[in-house]
Amino acid sequence: MIANQPDNLKRPRMARSMTAILGERTIELLIRLCGVSAIVFVFGIFLFVLREGAPLIDKLDWSRVLFSQEWYPTSKGNVRYGVGALIVGTLSVTGLAMLFAVPFGLGAAVFVSEFSTGKVKETLKIIIEMLAAIPSIVWGFIGLTVMNRLIQEYLPAPVGLNLLNGAILLALMSVPIIVSIGEDALKAVPDSYREAAMAMGATRWQTVYRVLFPAARNGLLAAALLGVGRAIGETMAVLMATGHAVNIPRSIFDPIRTLTATIAAELGETAVGSDHYRMLFLIGVLLFSITFVVNLLADLAVRGVRKQ
Amino acid sequence: MRRIQEAPQNGDPGKFALPSSNRCRSASIASAVASWLRPSSALLPEMVGRDWKARLWVAIALLLVLGGAGCSQSTARTDGSSGKPVVIQNIGSDTMVNLAQAWAEEYQNVEPNISVEVSGGGSGLGIAALINGTADIANSSRHIEPEEEAAVAEHSGSKPREFLVGFDALSIYVHKDNPITSISLEELHEIYAEGGKIDRWSQLGITNIPRARTDRIIRVSRQNNSGTYHYFREVVCGKKGDFKLGSLDMNGSKDVVELVSHTPGAIGYSGLGYNTRNVKMIPVSRKKGEKAVLPSIETTLDKSYPISRPMFMYTPGEPPAHVRRYIDWILSPAGQKIVELTGYIPLNLAEDKR
Repeated sequence: MIANQPDNLKRPRMARSMTAILGERTIELLIRLCGVSAIVFVFGIFLFVLREGAPLIDKLDWSRVLFSQEWYPTSKGNVRYGVGALIVGTLSVTGLAMLFAVPFGLGAAVFVSEFSTGKVKETLKIIIEMLAAIPSIVWGFIGLTVMNRLIQEYLPAPVGLNLLNGAILLALMSVPIIVSIGEDALKAVPDSYREAAMAMGATRWQTVYRVLFPAARNGLLAAALLGVGRAIGETMAVLMATGHAVNIPRSIFDPIRTLTATIAAELGETAVGSDHYRMLFLIGVLLFSITFVVNLLADLAVRGVRKQ
Repeated sequence: MRRIQEAPQNGDPGKFALPSSNRCRSASIASAVASWLRPSSALLPEMVGRDWKARLWVAIALLLVLGGAGCSQSTARTDGSSGKPVVIQNIGSDTMVNLAQAWAEEYQNVEPNISVEVSGGGSGLGIAALINGTADIANSSRHIEPEEEAAVAEHSGSKPREFLVGFDALSIYVHKDNPITSISLEELHEIYAEGGKIDRWSQLGITNIPRARTDRIIRVSRQNNSGTYHYFREVVCGKKGDFKLGSLDMNGSKDVVELVSHTPGAIGYSGLGYNTRNVKMIPVSRKKGEKAVLPSIETTLDKSYPISRPMFMYTPGEPPAHVRRYIDWILSPAGQKIVELTGYIPLNLAEDKR
């Protein structure tokens, strides 16, 4: 009886044909390749972008490039590559977008996770995810037409394509990310915390504010940072909605230009291998570094959550 | 050559399309590039005007090509119908690139086994290509220089032939409620050029623009690789001059007019053909005090309108039969209809009015 058992266990394994074994091996290999390819792509793209820009690195006066706002890549008299205004543009539109998106997104996450149940919860989740599915050019189109007119009509703005317009669009685009990740973070807080809070006589708001927020702190931070990453990398919507003006904004009604929009608008028609072309790739490297840092921070924050 | 060569495909004139092989490749790599170039956004191009689609696809294609993605551009396409396709290389002026593209696409319907490959890069680049023998036709929005003519003659054995194919006038647009009646080139210089001193409408004596929120002049311009941008810069800012920073740089002639029509305090420049009921075209004078004229076919032709120019095509020597047929078609009513549709001044109209 006992001696027979290994035999019984072995038999099905023996019965597997060579093709089945090979098939499984192949699939395993394919899946492994899929996983590894992400790494190859990320590093490959970074190296490629860097390689295209590299010959210009030595030739530039970097303090002028980073802090001057004079972006004259096609000048006949005096070519200047100052990306200061573009950096300020990217940071300001992202910052303003986050001012709208973080409270709104976290509020929505709290409502979905803590205050709503059943059908309301499911419907909300689906609709919020639909918001994430809207292509960015559609957002840009809304900015260019609808928002442009609304801002022009109802706010004291001299021009409707401006920082505010872009920031509202970016906020709407990053809210779904903030909501879904924020909700996950809140869901990860053990129910015993909620029960304990209730037992202490805390109201729902007190539970959220005093118990859940501190407990889910890292996850919520990660949600916000991923929202930032989304906003910084966005191109189409900001290109269309912010006015595309090389300008350091003095108010939220000033038009601006972002790093991403500059690449998108100019790369198509630069002479391959020219300084302008290389400069655009260096802007790509700059953007890559910024989003890399933001994503890394988000990742570290999430890791913090897991440790808890 | 700056532009990826775009295959003229059947479709609306003025619309660009990349070879389909490109499309599949970009799809496979797109997700990776997406983090900062968002190619998916190029999928709904109609919304932003026709320049957009081209530019984005070209940008993406450039990335892929240069990344060693192995995206090879085949120069000779199989036509499907009869034998080997004949390719006409058409290089030059950025201002004319949309027009040239529209011609090339329409010509596919006229003579399907002739494929016209259009690329931009500027008039100078087109003429350089003529000298190097890499172009069959060079587009130019200026006359060929005597030295260039000599260089072409030296390399090809005969003097280049010039074909006048149309005219281009840049109008100055303001909001329809703006009471301004005329503007001089000097004033435009002060408004647009780096170091210019006019920032406010009141400096031009305009104080009562309805619904304008500020006195500030909202300058609308074009992206810095546009041919229109270069031409306007040359005329208004000077040969070596630059634009003042802070203008709203739109990506298409139509976008400029759109924005000006919604913005009471705005001023912008764009082709004559882009005029709409919601904007006001203002007469321009060379100097303050001189007679200001509105852009029109007549004022463009008699050169009284200061911001206009002829558009040329050059061939190295007498063109071969198939190139000649193409140019003849361009000069025919069918070809000139496209000149009008793309917003330039066609020759036949010009001659009728003369």
